[in-house]
Amino acid sequence: MGIKWDEFFITGDPLILGSQIAILLTMIGAVAGITYLKKWNYLWTEWLTTVDHKKIGIMYIISAVLMFFRGGMDGLLMKAQTARPEMEFLNSQHYNEIFTTHGVIMILFMAMPFLIGLMNVVIPLQIGARDVAFPQLNALSFWLFFSGAMLFNISFVIGGSPDAGWTSYFPLAGKEFSPGIGNNFYAVALQIAGIGTLMTGINFIVTILKMRTKGMTLMKMPMFTWTTFVTSILIVAAFPIFTVALALMTFDRLYGTHFFTVSGGGMDMLWANLFWLWGHPEVYIVALPAFGIFSEVIATFSRKSLFGYKSMVFSILGIALLSMVVWVHHFYTMGSGPAVNSFFSITTMAIAIPTGVKMFNWLFTMRKGRIKITSAMLWALAFVPCFVIGGVTGVMLAMGAADYQYHNTLFLVAHFHYVLIPGVVFAVFAGLYYWWPKMFGFMLNERLGKWHFWLFVIGFNVTFMPMFFLGLNGAVRRAYTYSAESGFAPLFMLSAIGSIVLAAGFAVFCYNIYWSIRYADRNISSDPWDARTLEWSTASPVQFYNFAKLPEVKSLDPFWHMKKKNEGLTLYDSEIEEIHMPSNSWLPIYMGVIFGIAGFLLVFEWHIGSAVAAIGIFAGLIIRSFDYNEGFHVKKDEIHRIENAWRKTEGEVHDHVS
Amino acid sequence: MKKMLLSLTAILPMLILSGCNMVVFEPQGPVARSITELINWSLIWMLLVVVVVFGLFGYIVWKYREKPENKDYEPPEEHGSTLLEIIWTGIPILIVIALTIPTVKTLYALEETPKGYEEKEPITIHVTSADWKWIFSYPEEGIETVNYVNIPEDRPVLFKMTSASTMQSFWVPALGGQKYTMPKMETELYLVADNPGSYEGQNTNFNGRGYADMKFEVLAQTEEDFNQWVEDVKDTAPKLTEKEYEGLLKPTHLGRLTYSNTHLEWVNHADPHSKAYTNPELYRGHGYQGKTFEEDDNYKNENPNVIEGHGKESGHDASEENHGGGHSGH
Repeated sequence: MGIKWDEFFITGDPLILGSQIAILLTMIGAVAGITYLKKWNYLWTEWLTTVDHKKIGIMYIISAVLMFFRGGMDGLLMKAQTARPEMEFLNSQHYNEIFTTHGVIMILFMAMPFLIGLMNVVIPLQIGARDVAFPQLNALSFWLFFSGAMLFNISFVIGGSPDAGWTSYFPLAGKEFSPGIGNNFYAVALQIAGIGTLMTGINFIVTILKMRTKGMTLMKMPMFTWTTFVTSILIVAAFPIFTVALALMTFDRLYGTHFFTVSGGGMDMLWANLFWLWGHPEVYIVALPAFGIFSEVIATFSRKSLFGYKSMVFSILGIALLSMVVWVHHFYTMGSGPAVNSFFSITTMAIAIPTGVKMFNWLFTMRKGRIKITSAMLWALAFVPCFVIGGVTGVMLAMGAADYQYHNTLFLVAHFHYVLIPGVVFAVFAGLYYWWPKMFGFMLNERLGKWHFWLFVIGFNVTFMPMFFLGLNGAVRRAYTYSAESGFAPLFMLSAIGSIVLAAGFAVFCYNIYWSIRYADRNISSDPWDARTLEWSTASPVQFYNFAKLPEVKSLDPFWHMKKKNEGLTLYDSEIEEIHMPSNSWLPIYMGVIFGIAGFLLVFEWHIGSAVAAIGIFAGLIIRSFDYNEGFHVKKDEIHRIENAWRKTEGEVHDHVS
Repeated sequence: MKKMLLSLTAILPMLILSGCNMVVFEPQGPVARSITELINWSLIWMLLVVVVVFGLFGYIVWKYREKPENKDYEPPEEHGSTLLEIIWTGIPILIVIALTIPTVKTLYALEETPKGYEEKEPITIHVTSADWKWIFSYPEEGIETVNYVNIPEDRPVLFKMTSASTMQSFWVPALGGQKYTMPKMETELYLVADNPGSYEGQNTNFNGRGYADMKFEVLAQTEEDFNQWVEDVKDTAPKLTEKEYEGLLKPTHLGRLTYSNTHLEWVNHADPHSKAYTNPELYRGHGYQGKTFEEDDNYKNENPNVIEGHGKESGHDASEENHGGGHSGH
């Protein structure tokens, strides 16, 4: 096949050589460690083959934190390179690769899995179900995501990173201008991860429609469940577009077709349209669940039910609908004409209306409340002002004619970081501090949590606020350097300093996880925040079958009212019945591995090898279709034992709300 | 309170925004000025939103925070208020309308000769972006420049823009907004400079290794100076040949160049059937290199795939075509 081994590993850059060595040592260390501790069996049976939504959620979250680290390093390298004019820390090629991977990783391999992880952990609990509708499919979703993420991540040490921006605009991303295989990684890895995401969307739509416990009508669902539901619909509506676009990209790059090329009658603008037809809904796919998390956190810590529940639901639906008809605002400057640009200006600005409604509803949820300022609540509070800045600059960018001056400048970059960091990152932090005790049975340290919060929020503002002004002064995005005469230097320097503070915040977060795992009090209540929704009515950490008896819902905030009226909280022996649960399966991880191998070979354009590996994919599908494992039943004694263990301690646990 | 202060420091720069000397707020021509006015109009409304929400936020968080003295306070059950919700849906709608009207007006105005300049004969300049340089052709004057463009002041300039390679974006912030340049496509942009002066222009759409340095100078001159410059160029500048032009289009950085003819004589990249001058071999970098493909409509092929032949040539001709393709690629 003519494999060019000399081009296989990326060489000649000390940063990359360092990473290669570090990756190798980490892998050896991990394998040696697990072998030494004899944990292979535990890892295989408890995690790698699990179909338990909570464990899958935790694996999503762990991957997301790792990807956050990777994407964050990329961001820091970019900030270091632009800290001074004419810096020679990174060359332009290296810088191009780094901002490309930063964007892809942060959106697709950090924000998405973080939220999907929280959705996995929380949604079945919130709707009073024992798992998602298709547990094994859920595991497959995770392993395909993980496989895609790993395939994308190795690109910088093997083969070369994609370097055409996270948007991978054609014709630049085509073979005509990017003959290296870097962009094959983009096309193939995102395809694999995208299949997983699409299946997650389907899974959660079915779960939420079919698996709600008795009495939970649609309009009694918690807000996070609502947003997850609408997000899942958006995933199913938008991801197939991306799937098709990536497939066409793959054909162009691997087989010489002309969908998006300059030559042969290709149409580069088609890619931009398809990309943003998926890409803009994608923004709301990550933003909506985040809004749901804030709704839960704000209601809990204000000790009030959500203000304007109905209008919140309608706003979410409105945002979702509008998000499908705004994609052209990403390229007003393409010259589509004033009528098209006017239409998309109006639809885009219209998104501000339901978003504004939500904002005021959150504010009025807090009004007349008793606001307890915990780490989780701090994130929700900081979200309000920061996101407002992101929102108003978004309206400014939405105005087509004005956008001619903002487009592709750092003003735009500042805007979307002001939307995505408060809108998504603050939310996942809020969600993590909030649901951590439910996942693990101990809390994250509040004191470290506050350090994490203040460093991160201050760092974030110092990093991105200057970029608004740089943009208005003519600084463009994705430029690896700028001249000393431009006068950009002081604000770029300020921004770089901010990014270090931001990184320090993230470091405290990691330390907090470490500290809490080692030292945090294990003897806590199953409802440490005095919360309102069903997930808090069961044990922490949650027993594998979630609920011994499925709860019955009579109103919004069901657990709150159960506590108030003291009903439905006790479990009587007579109510215990055998519980049917799904069995573990090796197929999802097998599919992840085989997809990874086939994808890797395809990236390197070794078509025969890839086709051979693809046989493995079909083999997996066939095995699955002959899989008659019906799961297993949990015996009454075991339920008895598990329920007694956590219900007994009630009353003598440490209350951690303070 | 700390958060309040933090938020305030965040919007303070917004307040002094219009006072700063940022290029977008110092328009040097009517086109840029109309956009700046639109931006200022939006800033007023956005500032209003920020002040209201920040104020409400600070007030609510401060007033209803948990304190030792309100430990026993149990918040009321409250589900919403139709009146309030109508208010905060209605006001944003009004704001959006207030922003939409001037936006749409400006969008339409930007596609035409700027107001007040309708009488003045616009000068047409063809812009061809390539990796990583800007080529300006003056078809009426019969001259061509690279990486700089001279224009007469106070006279509308119609840029007819296209690209010989990737998609780029033509932006002279002091004079007006930007627009993409795309291969086999033509976009148009009107700009006017009020006064003589030098303005920086650049590509804003990422297009590979040389992107950051893809800048050009716009020099606005008085009518006499401009005419004089055109005459000088015609007298002194060399002629551009297709062979030399092919060299220009390679992915390189060039300084300023001047020619006394234009490349439009043999190719206009805006034409959907124009030949492609790209060569993937020149873009090879580090990392594993993939397969590249031979293109029928590459200019190096003797019988480019243009419509002219009506497509009924014999098999003999077709095989010759394949031969012609042999020397590029791989």
